[in-house]
Amino acid sequence: MARKLPPVDVVLVGFGWTGAILAQELTDEGLEVLAIERGAWRDTPTDFPTTTAPDELRWYWRKEMFQNNSRETLTFRNNRGQTALPMRRWGSFLVGEGVGGSGVHWNGQTWRFLPSDFVAASHNIDRYGPLPEGMTVQDYGVTYDELEPHFDRFEKLCGIGGKAGNLNGRIEAGGNPFEGWRSAEYPNPPMHMTFSQNQFARATAELGLKAFPGPSANMSRAYTNPLGCQLAPCTYCGFCEKFGCGNYSKASAQTTILPVLMKKPNFTLKTHNEVLTITLDKSGQRATGVRHVDLEGNEYEQPADLVIVCAYALGSTRLMMLSGIGEIYNPATGEGLVGKNYCYQVMSSAEVFYEDKYTNGFVGAGALGMAVDEYNGDNFDHTGLGFIGGGYIANWTTNARPIETHRTPEGTPTWGSAWKKAVADNFLKSTSVGAHGASMAYANNYLDLDPTYTDVYGRPLMRMTYDFTPNDMAMSGFLTERVREIAELMGGREIKLNPREGPYDSMPYQTTHNTGGTIMGTNPTNSVVNRYLQSWDVPNVFVMGACVFPQNAGYNPTGAVAALAYHAAEAIRTQYLRSPGPLVQA
Amino acid sequence: MSAPLHASAALAALVLVAAPLTATAQVNSFAQVERGRYAVATGNCEGCHTAPGEPSYAGGRGLETPFGTIYAPNITFEPETGLGRWSKDDFWRAMHEGKGPDGSNYYPAFPYPHFTKMPREEVDAIYDYLATLEPVRKEKPENELPFPMNQRLSLSVWNWMFFEPGVYQPDPEKSAAWNRGAYLVEGPGHCAACHTEKNIAGGDKASEHLKGGQLDNWSAPDIRGGEGGGIAHWSEDQIVEYLKTGRNEHTAAFSSMAEVIEYSTQLMLEDDLRAIAVYLKDLDSDARQPADRPGEPVMTAGAAVYFDNCSACHVADGSGVPRIFAPLSGSGKVNDPDATTVIRVILEGARAVPTKAHPSPLSMPAFDWKLSDEQVAAVASYVRASWGNAAAPVTADEVAALREALQPTVQ
Repeated sequence: MARKLPPVDVVLVGFGWTGAILAQELTDEGLEVLAIERGAWRDTPTDFPTTTAPDELRWYWRKEMFQNNSRETLTFRNNRGQTALPMRRWGSFLVGEGVGGSGVHWNGQTWRFLPSDFVAASHNIDRYGPLPEGMTVQDYGVTYDELEPHFDRFEKLCGIGGKAGNLNGRIEAGGNPFEGWRSAEYPNPPMHMTFSQNQFARATAELGLKAFPGPSANMSRAYTNPLGCQLAPCTYCGFCEKFGCGNYSKASAQTTILPVLMKKPNFTLKTHNEVLTITLDKSGQRATGVRHVDLEGNEYEQPADLVIVCAYALGSTRLMMLSGIGEIYNPATGEGLVGKNYCYQVMSSAEVFYEDKYTNGFVGAGALGMAVDEYNGDNFDHTGLGFIGGGYIANWTTNARPIETHRTPEGTPTWGSAWKKAVADNFLKSTSVGAHGASMAYANNYLDLDPTYTDVYGRPLMRMTYDFTPNDMAMSGFLTERVREIAELMGGREIKLNPREGPYDSMPYQTTHNTGGTIMGTNPTNSVVNRYLQSWDVPNVFVMGACVFPQNAGYNPTGAVAALAYHAAEAIRTQYLRSPGPLVQA
Repeated sequence: MSAPLHASAALAALVLVAAPLTATAQVNSFAQVERGRYAVATGNCEGCHTAPGEPSYAGGRGLETPFGTIYAPNITFEPETGLGRWSKDDFWRAMHEGKGPDGSNYYPAFPYPHFTKMPREEVDAIYDYLATLEPVRKEKPENELPFPMNQRLSLSVWNWMFFEPGVYQPDPEKSAAWNRGAYLVEGPGHCAACHTEKNIAGGDKASEHLKGGQLDNWSAPDIRGGEGGGIAHWSEDQIVEYLKTGRNEHTAAFSSMAEVIEYSTQLMLEDDLRAIAVYLKDLDSDARQPADRPGEPVMTAGAAVYFDNCSACHVADGSGVPRIFAPLSGSGKVNDPDATTVIRVILEGARAVPTKAHPSPLSMPAFDWKLSDEQVAAVASYVRASWGNAAAPVTADEVAALREALQPTVQ
């Protein structure tokens, strides 16, 4: 029998980036906020100090940084004809757990989506005609202009380093000329580039492309954010993605918000408690709070006026399904919306090997790189190409972590002494150019509940049905050719191309950019949440995270996730609290 | 009778009963209570009189002295366990003479040799402020002192030798700011309690005033700011910034000084912090004797440990990242003739005090599990002899002794 706890104004399910942002915003409004996190308290000096942060074996290979999938995981299959099996070990993506969420182990590549990305359906239909059969791309219901101040806010919170390419409509030399307008320059200058980025800049210039520094949440200099939190200059150690930063040099909830938030008397954090379900009243149209369980198995009813789901794209979608809010999507009938439009990211790359030049990839950082954006979104004419969307192409030097990094030229055996020699010969003399491709929604890529497998509490696991689509393959093929052109001009001895080949394989690491499932949109017939991320069905439930993306753009998602969270927080503060109820009339 | 009327009748009765108390409350005007609140901040009362995780001012916190553990009492106005039955005269006597209401002597862990410099009105204001706090019932644990230290009578002798009661007398030769600073440093601020070396009986060595001391396995650095002093290279502005925000270009506060900043100096008026700076900058010292430089093998070993473990934050040339990671070059703690704090920080790590100005509790990790006594000694010796620093080398035995002293005692 669940014990009933005293009510709070707001309960946050999950305490990563979006949970911390919402907690900070709503406690500022004077609300009593409780965050419930299934994982542990984590902080820099106690959990990832410099003395243990760069432990590749522990954090990445033994997966200590991520969600424990012996308690809960996903099942996976490529298509509806297959039987999904549980992912017993993370591979293609790495779901976080604990305070700070996946935002502890991100690289820090902090992009804004293009203005046209938010109107991907109407924009592309206008320009190229109807979408192909099976493609379920749609507009976000919110525009770039509306989100601009919120992108700006997040960039200042994090101390993003970069160079503006479009300052209030004026194109700036050295920045990304394709980006949406910015109301201000980045708060910090770009990172220091290395030999590889210089080669990339030279090669792209030769092709008439405009290279610019990747926007980075690794600090290019000491920074104090608007809350007074201090971040230290990055040391370029190359332990960002898959690791916590020991040097206070990477923006995360821990380094940018928690020092201030944790001191507030109207904020409470409860760790090691998992929310089992959002509880609804008899009408099913109002949430009464959540039911959660601690590690000893004791269950609690936590009443709250407002429930905000901040449990990562996959966790949030599953919680909506388990709570019975909205109808679960069924691809056979096209009915239902929860779980629809699951998208990912379509990556491909080329490696460049030098004969006598040292790239020294161990001097790295998660967002140390140069990029070009000519082939992203609708920055180029897609007429006759057979796909929509695109991706940025970049040369990042994120790391040369010794267990993970072993680039070898074409034709090298995959093991044995010849392999070892090739690794040793090329370790300091290679780099890579990658395409970060968008992922367009299709009717057959979706999430639902698995009919067979359950988690440690007996709840059905979520089932992922996903494969690369015809649009993905055509787009990635095009981008990979552009990658090849650039790589070939970077002055190396040889290159090796790694095109994206289907079917999608859930094991090799690609990116932790899972999107869709509780998509946002203009009305309740096409979306789970409205433009303020408010549930159409239960208006005192809001859902944060990339699960609200109707499809994924050719960028890393964190910037857009945070901007949408700030946009939602503002709507709650200025509209919802005055008059609790639907913020958009259906 | 309707319910609201009934309630107001009851309220009227309550007011009548409470009338004598109301009269007292009127005397304690807002201004008086605020004066007391500020005076409490200047004396950092909260720091010692609050046990971790317990209600503020309810006492119970142990102060480790060379003679044993002395517990701070409850100073809320709870009648049984706190000051609830004390008169203003009782409180004055405690602060001015170091004696309890029954005439018994306090241990000078309670810094009455400093508080005696506070004028009566200031002490009364503290009393009035403490009277406004929520009373908390909390017994003080027994002090853990061996014979004869547990005989309070012995304190009469101590007082006779080291204690002279008397309110601060301004020096007419000096500026108003200097006098205010001297009052704050020597009176309520009781800086010498940590920053002055003690004699064998625990009294301050007058000749060593504010030249650094040792307490509870920490060495507190020399804070004299005049020529030859430990912070001679700090400007007045830098002293003010440090006391206000917990950081300045040279260093960041942690450990005991973190508490002082958290509960005391960050709450003080900038004029007062400037007065402290004016006073400290006027304290000259004799030049320090240059220390011996470690041998080359130690410097080589120390440099290797430093580059692998320390340089990412403290930077290859010891310049650190001001206000984020402490510079080691020119650091008062690093150059302290007493290396206790340097060794201890390497072993245990340190946490910069989060303040209103700088809320991030930036921390250095512990290296005790990673570095041997020899490695700690080598790297400590290296930083104490590099980049303009010139303090004596550290031996592995010193490291081992401190490591042993810091082991948690098994109860």
